[in-house]
Amino acid sequence: MAALEIHNVRKEFGNERVLKDVSISIDSGEFLILVGPSGCGKSTLMNAIAGLEPVTSGNIYIDGEDVTWRTPADRDIAMVFQSYALYPSMTVRQNISFGLEMRKVPKPEREAAVERVADLLQITHLLERKPAQLSGGQRQRVAMGRALAREPKVYLFDEPLSNLDAKLRVDMRTEIKKLHQRLGTTIVYVTHDQVEAMTLADCIAVMRDGHILQLGTPDEVYNNPVDMFVAGFMGSPSMNFIRATLEDNNGGYQLRIATPGEEELVLPWPEARIAPDMAERLNQPVILGLRPEHFSEEDERLTSQAEGTLLSTNVAVVEPTGADILLRLPLGEQEVTARVGPKCAVAAGERLALRVDMGRAILFDAKTEQRIA
Amino acid sequence: MANVIRRQTPAARLGRGLLYGVLILAALFYILPLVVMLMTSVKPLSEISAGSLLSFPQNPTLAPWTKAWGEACTGMRCEGVGGYFWNSFAIVIPAVLISTTIGALNGYALTKWRFKGSELVFALMLFGCFIPFQVMLLPMAQTLGWLGISSSRAGLILVHVVFGIAFTTLFFRNFYVGIPNELVSAAKLDGAGFFRIFWRIILPISAPIIVVSVIWQFTQIWNDFLFGVAFSAHNTQPVTVALNNLVNTSTGVREYNVDMAAAMIAALPTLVVYVLAGKYFVRGLTAGSVKG
Amino acid sequence: MRDSLPMKNTSATPLGAGAKRSTPSGSLQAWLPRLVLAPSVAISLFFVYGFMLWTFVLSLTSSRMLPSYDFVGFGQYSRLMANERWWVASTNLMIFGVLFVLICLVIGSLLAILLDQKIRQEGALRTIYLYPMALSFIVTGVVWKWLLNPQLGIQAMVQSWGFESFRFDWITDPDMAIYTLVIAAVWQASGFVMALFLAGLRGIDDSIVKAAQLDGASLPRIYWRVVMPCLRPVVFSAVMILAHIAIKSFDLVVALTGGGPGYATDLPATFMYAHAFTRAQIGLGSASAMLMLGGVLAILIPYLYSELRSRKHG
Repeated sequence: MAALEIHNVRKEFGNERVLKDVSISIDSGEFLILVGPSGCGKSTLMNAIAGLEPVTSGNIYIDGEDVTWRTPADRDIAMVFQSYALYPSMTVRQNISFGLEMRKVPKPEREAAVERVADLLQITHLLERKPAQLSGGQRQRVAMGRALAREPKVYLFDEPLSNLDAKLRVDMRTEIKKLHQRLGTTIVYVTHDQVEAMTLADCIAVMRDGHILQLGTPDEVYNNPVDMFVAGFMGSPSMNFIRATLEDNNGGYQLRIATPGEEELVLPWPEARIAPDMAERLNQPVILGLRPEHFSEEDERLTSQAEGTLLSTNVAVVEPTGADILLRLPLGEQEVTARVGPKCAVAAGERLALRVDMGRAILFDAKTEQRIA
Repeated sequence: MANVIRRQTPAARLGRGLLYGVLILAALFYILPLVVMLMTSVKPLSEISAGSLLSFPQNPTLAPWTKAWGEACTGMRCEGVGGYFWNSFAIVIPAVLISTTIGALNGYALTKWRFKGSELVFALMLFGCFIPFQVMLLPMAQTLGWLGISSSRAGLILVHVVFGIAFTTLFFRNFYVGIPNELVSAAKLDGAGFFRIFWRIILPISAPIIVVSVIWQFTQIWNDFLFGVAFSAHNTQPVTVALNNLVNTSTGVREYNVDMAAAMIAALPTLVVYVLAGKYFVRGLTAGSVKG
Repeated sequence: MRDSLPMKNTSATPLGAGAKRSTPSGSLQAWLPRLVLAPSVAISLFFVYGFMLWTFVLSLTSSRMLPSYDFVGFGQYSRLMANERWWVASTNLMIFGVLFVLICLVIGSLLAILLDQKIRQEGALRTIYLYPMALSFIVTGVVWKWLLNPQLGIQAMVQSWGFESFRFDWITDPDMAIYTLVIAAVWQASGFVMALFLAGLRGIDDSIVKAAQLDGASLPRIYWRVVMPCLRPVVFSAVMILAHIAIKSFDLVVALTGGGPGYATDLPATFMYAHAFTRAQIGLGSASAMLMLGGVLAILIPYLYSELRSRKHG
């Protein structure tokens, strides 16, 4: 049975439609991440699951029960807020046990739950402090502790790491992942950070304008995006979109990239990846999507023609990141980013031969921005 | 605003001196009336007619104070302002407590439990802050009569509560707007209800605004004259009304020292509050002008 | 918008009939906020709006000693317009109001700017400037009545210093007495304006001033061209509050001049009180109260309008 099922949920504020027919279902123990730019409706959806905002229509089921019109308290969920929302006047101990107290859990059990959670999160030494005396990371732990103490059916995390500095964010991310693996909890997690989404999720829902554009595993969302928005949103640096024309190539297909004033650039489309929709778009503009790592510098070890198509271009900017090097290069009418190994010794202005892994390239319709192949 | 580097040229030093001069002159303008009031209140009458305003009391005496407190005539009666001083407390304390409590609950409901029309409710109440009280006087007199509490302390308490909640609601509303809504959401998820969240989560962090509200209401109600003079009888008058009667009672010799002592008595409670909690007093004064 | 009922729901699991709620919460919980606010709303509707209407109705009647309800249309208003004392009171309010507001603004902003120059003992000075605001206008009136008393006050003191010809007897001069009200009211309220301005100055971003300094502007010029324009909202609020104090001024007149000499220092507030409560002219008093309300609304409505608009856009 699904731990959480969202069924045709709509939400309207006056004339503004914030959620347009959203349906999701996740199993017990699954880690679902709602990701999207601000204003996409992910926080509204989260609040609807929590019962903090009524939905306009549709239903929400938790553990098979329809909770659409139940109070937040009666849904057996816990939430970790972006601002942590720790009760300022209470100690950490009181913060963690407040929810249990409201549910009339006897004192000894409450104490035991606090100890258990504090131990789990290594905040035992902080139990008598007030939230104002804690650092950002400690507050974050307490906020999670407050949720964990209740052992609810579903956990909701509303951008829990966005108020932490970069280093701490990475540490806490790992910690959340460990906790999830250890406790097998069902989690719905909202973020606008696609790295968090990729690293944590069992299942990612990419949202935009109140719709779920794509629901799938991190691998699916990253490697098989349904449209240009999802493709561009996931991954950093984001996918390069290159304007091209789809042409016939002796029964197969090739992409011609307009290069005013230079020798023409034609990339053959791998036969294995020909999609039925391609035929009707012959000689029409399309968008070629290439991730930075789909480029690689020409190397003796990669000589086989099957590995990719060779192209040669001038390097505009070299940006070493330490682990690898990002190159900005003109390609046709646009500039693209390529990720190459840290040893690639190239300077700005020099000419470089690059291989393009067309086997992983993605083709989009230029008008609808939907994926073709 | 003050990180201005100054060269210590003679001209700059002169300017600096001038600056302090102006500031000290201004301070004298504000402080001297109080000093004169205090000095006059401990001078015997003979010294007042002989000396000048700023002459230091030669033979200080507390007689004017005791007379002002217990014997001076306020209209027909000659019992001093002491009784009225306590009258004021008997009116102010319940009125402050009730209006602050209602204001806190209103502010909480208006900000943390918004509903359709809650902004309208707030606007409706806010408007009450600005209406000249003269418009309310006549109907209020009649309403108090119907309720059977005209000229009573209960009547005055009611009047002050009724016209005070607009201000206290404004204070608490503006304060609670700044408290993250997530706090209430978290408590809702934890299973707490409307009053429980107020009592356990919101009230414990409201101390600053409670102080502001109490101080504001205390000074407003203590200093009120209009309602006091319109809706009280001789035995329920607040001290401001008694002071005015005392000063305007024209029997016998004018005893300016007694007048000043009575004025000091009427002024002391709010002055003490101001000195002890000036920061909160200023916050109350500016609350209306700071956008919430 | 939270009140809007769920859309017609044709899905497989229709909402339960009785338990259907627009808000996912218990029925009592959903109504508690409204219940808590209800008494205040009722009080506001009756005691503020009801009373406004009531006073308006009274102003249309011939009520004298007691409210009566024989209507005379706008007769009381035309009587008011023909009443010389009302015109004195209205003119006085104009003079008093304009001078009071302007002088308070000038003194308040000046003191705030001077205090903002890294002054030693700033806290003490601020306390001294502001304390009169904690006093009752009655106390202020009593004190200034004493100070302005020609025989024993400032005039007598300066004369005793040898300036025999010094005259400061405004309080007994029907043409000048209104200005004594201005002096006392400014003494009481200018410190408050100072506090408002100082808070505003402290809220201004330091870097704006630094940038202006780097641009080579002199200190007075920085204040005039850069800082003061930032304080426009403060000026606006201060004017509102001061104008409001001026229109409501009642206690100060009662205590300082008693409206005298004669009725030379009457203000609408004292006019209204005198006619409604001591001269048995309830109808006329109500009409004057309504005109006061009109005056307040004329200032208030544009203010609230701009305030609400900026809040919506903010």
